[in-house]
Amino acid sequence: MAFALKTEKLCKSFGALTVADNIDFRLEPGSRHALIGPNGAGKTTFVNMLTGVLAPTSGRIFLNEHEVTRSSQAARVRQGLGRTFQITTLFKTLPVLDNVALAVAERTGVARRMWRSASSHKEIIEEGRSLLDALGLADDAGTPAQDLPYGKQRLLEIAVTLGLQPRVLLLDEPAAGVPSHDTKRILEQLEKLPTDIAILIIEHDMDLVFRFAQRITVLVQGQVLVEGTPNEIAADKRVRDVYLGEAHA
Amino acid sequence: MSGYTANPRIRWTEWLPWIAALAFFFLMPGYLSLGARVLIFILFALSLDLILGYGGIVTLGHSAFFGLGAYTAGVLSAKLGINDPFLGLAAAAAMSALLGLLTGAVILRTRALTLLMLTLAITAILLEIANKWTSMTGGADGLSGVQVSPILGLFRFDLYGRTAFLYCLVALFIGWFVVRRIIYSPYGAMLTGIRDNGTRMHAIGAPVYWRLVLIYTVSATMAGVAGALLTQVNQFVGLNVLGLEPSGDILVMLILGGVGRLYGAFVGPVVYIIVQDTLAKQYPEYWYLGIGALLIVVVLFARGGILGILDQLRDQWLSRSKPKSSARVSAR
Repeated sequence: MAFALKTEKLCKSFGALTVADNIDFRLEPGSRHALIGPNGAGKTTFVNMLTGVLAPTSGRIFLNEHEVTRSSQAARVRQGLGRTFQITTLFKTLPVLDNVALAVAERTGVARRMWRSASSHKEIIEEGRSLLDALGLADDAGTPAQDLPYGKQRLLEIAVTLGLQPRVLLLDEPAAGVPSHDTKRILEQLEKLPTDIAILIIEHDMDLVFRFAQRITVLVQGQVLVEGTPNEIAADKRVRDVYLGEAHA
Repeated sequence: MSGYTANPRIRWTEWLPWIAALAFFFLMPGYLSLGARVLIFILFALSLDLILGYGGIVTLGHSAFFGLGAYTAGVLSAKLGINDPFLGLAAAAAMSALLGLLTGAVILRTRALTLLMLTLAITAILLEIANKWTSMTGGADGLSGVQVSPILGLFRFDLYGRTAFLYCLVALFIGWFVVRRIIYSPYGAMLTGIRDNGTRMHAIGAPVYWRLVLIYTVSATMAGVAGALLTQVNQFVGLNVLGLEPSGDILVMLILGGVGRLYGAFVGPVVYIIVQDTLAKQYPEYWYLGIGALLIVVVLFARGGILGILDQLRDQWLSRSKPKSSARVSAR
């Protein structure tokens, strides 16, 4: 059966410390999947291996039927893997529109061109504007990214990644550090994302996770503790013990 | 000023350097040799701005390409008897491009201090080769006997440096035009992206390393042409084109003028060489002290260099003349 993203026995150790322990994971095409777990469970390490920032100690990673275990970040992006960062990672001195345009230009190959002016590539700019439009950032096109309020920076982070037209989207704590009334806005935007994109979200905000995800994987100490639907996860005693219990105490 | 929101049209202020250069040509006929040297260093600084100001590559070894270009043009004429000026420039460009590609491919895998030291090591190695290989380079005595045949067979290099000045001016104009095109292109926008946030650039799928290698090679080529021009204008090349000192000088010039502003590369060398020339006449042994003091003042009080100061003054003036508009107008 087809899958969007799959890992087989993925392991990562830093010396004696094992942060990923035989992770078998599967993301279905078009699904909304959440990865949760207490601090230090290895969620970010897992994402970094998926995106190619870190090389796994052993195990294999597949993206849309292709093995990408040894591929560079750039190669994975070309195969349709997009990510956002837990800590906002934007071109902060550049205008909002340029942040998105740079991503679109990379996807379309325009970024390699050296002679014609960037601003004469209308197709890039128009696509950038429509992405900003979709995420409610159209009025901020000319503002340097660093001058945006934090909630909008998180939305821009998503807009930049959508500029890559990913088939698999990894959202690393999209609502991290956002005040709760803005969390709602981010969730609204996430729910509007095209359904042909498979989304894996890593998030601490349980309300957001349970409203958004169709499936949830719980990671504890580098191992998959359990995977299931939100109802199954909420009812699972082990999950309540290690994770929800502590959060809802 | 680069990017998808920037207007690439040439503004009237951008013609000022060229008008000034032509005015200089007609008004100061006794200083044309000095003027040609300034033009060469502007071209050299421009090549450095491309990688430092836009690509964010900090280097103390840019003289490797300048020096290789200078020696290539020198050896071609003095040892092989090929005196055509364009052939000299082309050979220098090719050699420097090759060195830029080879060394760039190795050192651009590193960053920060490691990268800085590696760039320095490369120019130090070239300096030592030029020093020891006396049969080819003349060693510490330098390489004399460089001749330049008339440009296009028509324009002879004259005693007053008229031809040399215009020759360098045309070369600089072409170099400026190319750099400007690159800066305003998608590639230039992409480079500012790498400088602003390399992590994000990787995450949107840019092969950052190859992109930097390519721009490093372009920059090296330009620096090589600048070096060849110096050899042709001086009809001599010595060890002072290689090593830390010329690398540091060009870096200081660019910082004085303003990094990543295109025209900082024009202002810096002019100010540097005027200060150097004035001070060296009065205090032949201590002129570096003056340059050092100037650099300290600029770095402490004007991080954007001399052009940065001008930008601030213009912003203040604009906000004063238009007190009602609360939004501050900025060109960048």
